[in-house]
Amino acid sequence: MKERDLRGLIGKVKAGKLSRRGFVQAMMAVGIGAPAASQILLSSGVAMAQSPSTYKPTKRGGGGPLKLLWWQGPTLLNPHFAVGTKDQDGSRLFYEPLAAWDPDGNLKPKLAAEIPTKENGGLSADGLTVTWKLKQGVTWHDGKPFTADDVVFNWEYAKDPATAAYTIASYQDVMVAKVDQYTVTVKFKKPTPFWADAFVGTRGMLIPKHLFADYIGAKSRDAPTNLKPVGTGPYMFKDFKPGDLVTGVMNPNYHQANKPYFDTVELKGGGDAVSAARAVLQTGEFDFAWNLQVEDEILSRLEKGGKGNVSVTPGGSIEFLLMNTTDPWTEVDGERASLKTKHPTLSDPEVRKAMALLVDNKSIQDHIYGRTGPATRNFLYGPARFESKNNPIEFNVDKANDILEKAGWKKGADGIRAKDGKKLKFVYQTSINQPRQKTQAIIKQAAQKAGIDIELKSVTASVFFSSDVANPDTYTKFYCDLEMYTTTMGQPDPGTHMLQFVSWEAATKENKWQGRNITRWQSPEADKLYRETEAELDPVKRVASFIKLNDLAIQNQVVIGIVQRPGVAARTVKLNCTISGWDNNTWDLSDWFKDA
Amino acid sequence: MSRQYVIRKLLIMIPSLLGISVVLFSLLALAPGDPFDELATNPAVPPEVRAALRAKFGLDDPVWMRYWHWLTALMQGDWGFSFVSRMDVSTLIMQRLPVTLVVIGASQILAIAVAIPVGVLAATRPYSLFDQIANTFAFIGFSLPTFFTGLVLILVFSIQLDWLPFVYRADISATGWQFYWEHIKQSIMPVMVLGLFQGAALVRFVRSSVLDVIRLDYVTTARSKGIGERKVITRHVVRNALIPVVTLVALQMPIVFSGAVVTEQIFRVPGIGSLLITSMLSNDTPVVMGVTFVSACLVVIFNLIADILYGWLDPRIAYR
Repeated sequence: MKERDLRGLIGKVKAGKLSRRGFVQAMMAVGIGAPAASQILLSSGVAMAQSPSTYKPTKRGGGGPLKLLWWQGPTLLNPHFAVGTKDQDGSRLFYEPLAAWDPDGNLKPKLAAEIPTKENGGLSADGLTVTWKLKQGVTWHDGKPFTADDVVFNWEYAKDPATAAYTIASYQDVMVAKVDQYTVTVKFKKPTPFWADAFVGTRGMLIPKHLFADYIGAKSRDAPTNLKPVGTGPYMFKDFKPGDLVTGVMNPNYHQANKPYFDTVELKGGGDAVSAARAVLQTGEFDFAWNLQVEDEILSRLEKGGKGNVSVTPGGSIEFLLMNTTDPWTEVDGERASLKTKHPTLSDPEVRKAMALLVDNKSIQDHIYGRTGPATRNFLYGPARFESKNNPIEFNVDKANDILEKAGWKKGADGIRAKDGKKLKFVYQTSINQPRQKTQAIIKQAAQKAGIDIELKSVTASVFFSSDVANPDTYTKFYCDLEMYTTTMGQPDPGTHMLQFVSWEAATKENKWQGRNITRWQSPEADKLYRETEAELDPVKRVASFIKLNDLAIQNQVVIGIVQRPGVAARTVKLNCTISGWDNNTWDLSDWFKDA
Repeated sequence: MSRQYVIRKLLIMIPSLLGISVVLFSLLALAPGDPFDELATNPAVPPEVRAALRAKFGLDDPVWMRYWHWLTALMQGDWGFSFVSRMDVSTLIMQRLPVTLVVIGASQILAIAVAIPVGVLAATRPYSLFDQIANTFAFIGFSLPTFFTGLVLILVFSIQLDWLPFVYRADISATGWQFYWEHIKQSIMPVMVLGLFQGAALVRFVRSSVLDVIRLDYVTTARSKGIGERKVITRHVVRNALIPVVTLVALQMPIVFSGAVVTEQIFRVPGIGSLLITSMLSNDTPVVMGVTFVSACLVVIFNLIADILYGWLDPRIAYR
């Protein structure tokens, strides 16, 4: 469906000629899911039907203990210093942001009274100002009221470079001001389509001004509240042993009626993923276990006990194959894979086309990842509204052979194709991780049938993913022909994710290989599309541009999507919880409850 | 044994501890990895934050200067500050210490309680059926790694029989008898795994030590004087045979502090061992340094204690 058709339909809904349901059905017919469709309506100014709450308990408390198992326990509880999801998840028991991302990538208000939209005046037409209305009558766990001053303080705290907050990127380029006791504005320097970053989601948790005001800047590490959180969340802090245990008790003054359900909460850390799955699925010792990077086969076997089930939450993480556009084997100006070079064989588009035909996504899903890795060719596939339908999975060895033959790559005596004395021999690297080595083997086997020789290389994860400038084996240096890893997408907006394809982000010696464009692909067309998304305030057009950018990269075989990597968690049968791939596991903890 | 000897030994400890700390510190400084590595791969964190943090925690200073800071702070009783958890290293260690002492201590006691009677009995009837069985079990016991026996116990007692929990929780909310019962229940498996593993090795040691003594002339003399067999064994044989065992056990005591990395990981026991391993994985050098240095001190101190004990138990050994 083209953008124009879409607009026609939205216009009809606005004019009342088409019902919301009719619109959603029309979208489903062309392969756009219901959540995506309603998001399109929302962004086009048609109010969203609030999803009915599934929360059943009619009074606060009485649910007994809630036992959570994270196989890596939180090591600190100040959300501005929380680097990994474990620390953010732990902080989220006590702290809340203004709004959080639900599973469909839509905002749900937490400490905000409502989500800013153009219609309620929250978003200015020029894309420069966001006005947040705060929920009134919210108190911190120590009884002090939550006001606009706290919100402004969090901005001051995080943006100060001396504080060294990990959240600084969300706050340093915006201006936050108090309008009245319960209203704040966030102002941007230039029109910003993705405005929901500061005070939202994983990096938006708010800390109290009255306890942190004296510890801004260089003194930040001395704040006693760093280790004893005082937030607004559904549970109040009780005890914390880094890496081992976080415990909390019900907040009797929580700002949502009848919540939370559980009397106490504990988050236990340590151990390994398999035994964590066991403790929930097989023995029921725990109610919920996080991030189960375990083979689906094992999970299915553990599930048979019937005590718990596995929940798979789609997000944006993608396991993908990168093809180097530069020559990793020649040194130019003291740098391998320099932008001044071209890959000797992969620069032939026909070779790339053939490579894409040799990736057997289906087998990789069926034999390796199962439910924990649905096959896809896209690089950008979530939230659903960003998913392109233009890249079907095609695995065809004969066709690959055909393409190579026609392009003049002839098989030699050793069965390896060559042209002008250059052989199709590639080195393919990834980190040491069993599913990855199996995937490498599947691709190598198919390539062999097409006369392409692949040498497999696996690097210890701690080296592969390190930022060590001196080490040649890091994934950002990409000193070989092919590589594979998973990249995550922390927010439901692909802005950062798609930097993979813009020329100015190429990872080079100059930027100490910190650039996000690992293949070092240089495409004026891609740059132009990305620039468009940066300034485009119309959400529908913006979605269209991102989809086009994804298609451009996939159809030029810069990268090849292999499988999606959704979040995998285990929970007991009775536990009701909503997990979002766009926010922390504990983003909606206030709404968790157990069936009686 | 002279007082002079003890004082001399104590003085020698100082340079050896300094040497150990230099080696530990430079090893950790040379090892690849950076506590703020995770930030570098996170697109949402600008590189300046990482630079600011490195400067704040003094990571950009030369190694010798960092060592000097560490040493002078230690002299004043400051163990350092964890990069990852942002709290004092001593607090982190103290949080983990009680659990470690209880679990590992109990397993040591179990090891001794099993090993001594079994070893002595086996030695007094060498090559009897009991000796054969004890030997076989001892061999099996110390050949099987703890991660294997741990998993087997979990499969049998937690999953098949559903008797015991396999996740150790330091904060049991129950009170009174219930509290102790819950603690005992969750400690049974880790204590058994560790205790029997160490006990197995100790059985072999006790047996051979008793066998050495039991053949000596004074034992024959004691028997020919008409002293009952039980008395001969307990009064004359065991007492002398246990001298080397005592030293061995004394030397094992530092292990009680440093914990058991593998077993703690399997049962999620929040002990020093699991603190050490997580700190290593996150490159939290001050914590690694703290834990390893405390262990090193304990090894040196218990060595001294073993020396002194030896002289006291066996006056034939003289120190000069």
